Amino acid sequence: MAGSATAAIRVRGLRTRFGPQVVHDNLDLEVRYGEVLGVVGASGTGKSVLLRAVVGLMKPAAGSIEVLGHDISRLGAAERREIESRTGVLFQDGALFSSLTVAQNVQVPLREHTSLPQDVIDEITAVKLGMVGLPPEAACKYPSELSGGMRKRAGLARALALDPEIVCLDEPTAGLDPIGAAAFDGLVRRLQRTLGITVFMVTHDLDSLWAICDRIAVLAEKQVLVVGPMEVMLQHEHPWVRSYFHGPRARAQRSE
Amino acid sequence: MAALAGRIKSERDGARLVVSLGGRWGIDEADRLDGELRRLAPGPAKAVSIDIAGVEALDTAAALVLYRARKRLRADGHAAEFARARPELSALLDLIEANDAPVECRAPREPPLRAIVAHVGRATIEALDNGLKMLSFFGLTMTTLARAAIRPWRIRGTALVGHMEQAGLDAVPIVALISFLIGVVLAYQGADQLAKFGAEIFVVNLVGISVLREIGILLTAIVIAGRSGSAFTAAIGSMKVREEIDAMRTLGLDPIEVLVLPRLLALIVTLPLLAFFADAMGLLGGGLMAWISLGIGPAQFIERLGDAVPMWSFWVGIIKAPVFAFLIAMVGCYEGFQVSGSAESVGRHTTKAVVEAIFLVIVVDAAFSILFAYLGV
Repeated sequence: MAGSATAAIRVRGLRTRFGPQVVHDNLDLEVRYGEVLGVVGASGTGKSVLLRAVVGLMKPAAGSIEVLGHDISRLGAAERREIESRTGVLFQDGALFSSLTVAQNVQVPLREHTSLPQDVIDEITAVKLGMVGLPPEAACKYPSELSGGMRKRAGLARALALDPEIVCLDEPTAGLDPIGAAAFDGLVRRLQRTLGITVFMVTHDLDSLWAICDRIAVLAEKQVLVVGPMEVMLQHEHPWVRSYFHGPRARAQRSE
Repeated sequence: MAALAGRIKSERDGARLVVSLGGRWGIDEADRLDGELRRLAPGPAKAVSIDIAGVEALDTAAALVLYRARKRLRADGHAAEFARARPELSALLDLIEANDAPVECRAPREPPLRAIVAHVGRATIEALDNGLKMLSFFGLTMTTLARAAIRPWRIRGTALVGHMEQAGLDAVPIVALISFLIGVVLAYQGADQLAKFGAEIFVVNLVGISVLREIGILLTAIVIAGRSGSAFTAAIGSMKVREEIDAMRTLGLDPIEVLVLPRLLALIVTLPLLAFFADAMGLLGGGLMAWISLGIGPAQFIERLGDAVPMWSFWVGIIKAPVFAFLIAMVGCYEGFQVSGSAESVGRHTTKAVVEAIFLVIVVDAAFSILFAYLGV
C-alpha cells in the first residue's frame, strides 16, 4: 500500500470555503487505522463539511486528503470507485433511497460493485440487517415507514454492505432517545471490534464521546484545536474546550 | 495488495477430510471461492474439518460463502466443523449463523383475473376519490378567494408580483419563440395546399383565425402548464414533505391564502397577457412566411387580416385564457398538497399535475368550441 500504514485518513493543510467564507484554513488531521475518532466543535465550525471533504463530496480549495493511502483529489475513475467501495458513509438522517425498500437499499452497493449471485446478496443483506440490529420484517419496508432510529440503522447497514475499512458517521446519535443512542453507540463499538473498521464520527453527543471514542478532535478557529483521548480534553485550557467538557451536561458524565 | 488471494487445499486423513484455507478471503473473490467450495467432494468421509487458521482476512461475503459450504456439507450428512478459528473469525461466523434467514420481500400472488378486476376497481375508486378531493379543494380556494375579495389587503402583494414575474415575464421568450414558429409552419403548410386552388391569399384567413381563436392560447396554456403548473406542485410538495405547511398552520397562517391565492391570481393576470403576446408573435411568423413564400406584403397582410378576421376571433381566444389559468393553477396547487412522505412522491405528483392540467385545458377548450358554435361567434 502506498503512503503511510498508520493513518487511514490523513488531512494536510486543508482549506475549504463557500464563496468568500472560509470554513477550514490549513487544517491537519490524522485518523489511525482501527480507531474511533470523534470530531466535535461548535455549530458552524465545519464538522460536516470536513466529513464531506473526506468522503470526496466537496472539493477542497487547497491541501490534500489521503484516504487509505491515496490522495483522493488525484484519483482516476477506477481507483476512485475502489476507494469508495472501501469507505462507507452514514448521513445524518440515513439518506436512504426513498423509492427502495430497506433490503434493496442495502443491496445497492452490492449490485453496483460486485457480481455476486442474487441468493448470496440476499443472505448478505440479512446478515447486515442483523448486524445493525434490525428485525427481519424491517427488510421489506420503505424508509418512510421506519422510525428515525431504524432509518439510521438501515443507513448503517447500507454503509457496511461492502465491509468497508473506514466508516464515516455524521451525527449518528442525533435525534435518538438516550436508550436508542446508547444502543447505537454499543452497535458501533461492537462492529468496530468484530470487523476492525476505522470510524470517523462527527458528533455532539458527550455520551458517545465517553463511551466509544478512542480519540477526540476539537474543531475551532478553522483548524483542529486539539486531538487526543478524553483525559487530554479534560486537561485542555481553551475556553470552548473547557466549557464543552466541563459544562453542566459533561459533569453528569464524569460523576458516573 | 501484496497479500495472497484466498486458497483452498483439501486432503484425506483416514475417515476425515481436512480442508485448509489460506490467504485473504474477500468479497471480490467470494464468487470464485464459492465455486471451489462447491466442488469439494468429501466422498465417503464422515467428518469434514475446515481449518481456517490460515485465513488472513475474512469479510462478511466470504464468511457467508464459508458458512454456506458448511451448511451444505451438513445437509449431505457430513459432520462438518470449522477448526482453529481465531476469535474475530468465529465472532463473524457466529454473527452469520445468528442471521441465517434470507430476505424475502415478495407480495402474495393473486390469481391474474382477480388481480385485473381488483386493479380496475381500485383505479376507478381512486379516480372518483381524486375528483371529489379536487372539487373540495376548488371549493376551499373559492371561499378563501371570496374572503380575500372582501378584505383585499389580505392578498400577499410581494408573493403575487414574484409569481407574476416567474410564471409570466420569464415565460415570454419561450412562448414568443414557439408561437412565432407555429405561425411560420401554419403559413408555409397552408400556402402549399392553397396554391393548388390559386387561393394563396386565404393564407391570411387561415393563419389569422387559427392563431387567434385556438393556437395562440392553447399553446401558451400548454407551455405554462408544463412550466408553472409543475413548478407549483414541486414547490408546494417539497414544503409539504419538510412539514413547512404544518408549521404554517400552527402559526395561524392559512396555506391556501399564503400559497395558493398568489399563484392563482398571478396566473389569471398573466396568462391573458401571454396569450395576447403569443397571438402577435404567431401572426408575425405567419405574415413573415406569407411575405417570403407568397409575396403577400405586410400592408396587404394587415389589410386582408382586418377584412377576413372578425374582432371576435381575437376575443374568443383571450376569453379562454383566465379559465385555463384557473385550471392550471388549481391543478398544480392541488397536486402539491397531495404530496406525502418521500421525494419520489413530489416527482409523481408533478407529472400528474402537468398531465391533468393539459388534459383539462384541452377538454375545456373543446367545451368552449361548442359554446361558441352555439352562440354563433
